[in-house]
Amino acid sequence: MNVRLYVWQRATAAVMAPLVLGHLAVIFYATRQGLSAADILARTRGSIVWAAYYGLFVAAASIHAAIGIRNIFSEWSPFNERQAGFLAILFGLLLALLGARAVAAVVLS
Amino acid sequence: MSGQISELSVSLWRGGKSGRYQTYSVPRRESQTVLDVVTFVQRHLDPTLSYRFACRVGVCGSCAMTVNGRPRWTCRTHVGKVADNGRLEIGPLANLPVIKDLTTDMEIFFRNWQKAKGAFVPSQTRHEPIAQIRPDSPARIAADAAIECINCGVCYAGCDTVRWNSGYVGPAALTRAWTLVNDERDGGNTARLQAVAADGGCHSCHSHQSCQELCPQTLNPTAAIAGLKRRTAAAYLKGEIEA
Repeated sequence: MNVRLYVWQRATAAVMAPLVLGHLAVIFYATRQGLSAADILARTRGSIVWAAYYGLFVAAASIHAAIGIRNIFSEWSPFNERQAGFLAILFGLLLALLGARAVAAVVLS
Repeated sequence: MSGQISELSVSLWRGGKSGRYQTYSVPRRESQTVLDVVTFVQRHLDPTLSYRFACRVGVCGSCAMTVNGRPRWTCRTHVGKVADNGRLEIGPLANLPVIKDLTTDMEIFFRNWQKAKGAFVPSQTRHEPIAQIRPDSPARIAADAAIECINCGVCYAGCDTVRWNSGYVGPAALTRAWTLVNDERDGGNTARLQAVAADGGCHSCHSHQSCQELCPQTLNPTAAIAGLKRRTAAAYLKGEIEA
């Protein structure tokens, strides 16, 4: 871990903290109101706000988790720093792809 | 002193990396330290035992060993405090190569000090007036984090991150760097921050706080490392250092 990765990991954590709270609030609201999947999709589809909200969430989570997994690889596996970095980038891209797919599924009509 | 126990059962590491523990019986004495026990074995039972000590009063930092699984300064560790039922297991410090018996090679420990730029860099010459440092200034107070460090290696031996990451410079080197970062007379801070911000520097620390828990001088390396994390992050964002 160097200062660049440290700053990115802390910055993405700072971005995610309010997004997690908002996400939890949405979950509570949806369950309390008894919203069905169709009700939720009716609200999210075509919404730039929800696309931006969860798009940002996915981007921050992908970067944050990739940096964390790089550390785990470099400390707990036989991989060297370069290999750990490469695998972490792959992991981050996979998270970003899966996340983007999920966001697209709820905001694209 | 324990009134019942007259003999200690002492297991000492013998050999190099692939050695084994050998058990000795050592008379239990009043106010006996772990170093006294090791010295008794060497003087009376086995003169081939290798170990390191110098001052015997907690100043030189050379007698640290693993005592019943925990790194300690042996000259200031009383047997009564650590001997479970009169049993002691004493080994070399962890995370350092074993030379022989209880003696470790400290070269990597001190090389890490150099790597973290732990040497003072003068910013003035002898022809200039002596710098006036107020004892109550925040920087001078922060410098206290490591000013009493005796380089015993206990924090290094007890650090999980050192065990997992061979490139990590360790708590002692970083705490020394933090003291110099706060030394208003020092002129080498940009290079120092650059050094400790790299891979294996302060950002590798997981803040487990074993160093703080184990430090015989009750210093707080974790706090010093946290200070370095903040200072290097600020310097990086200002463009003063590179990643």
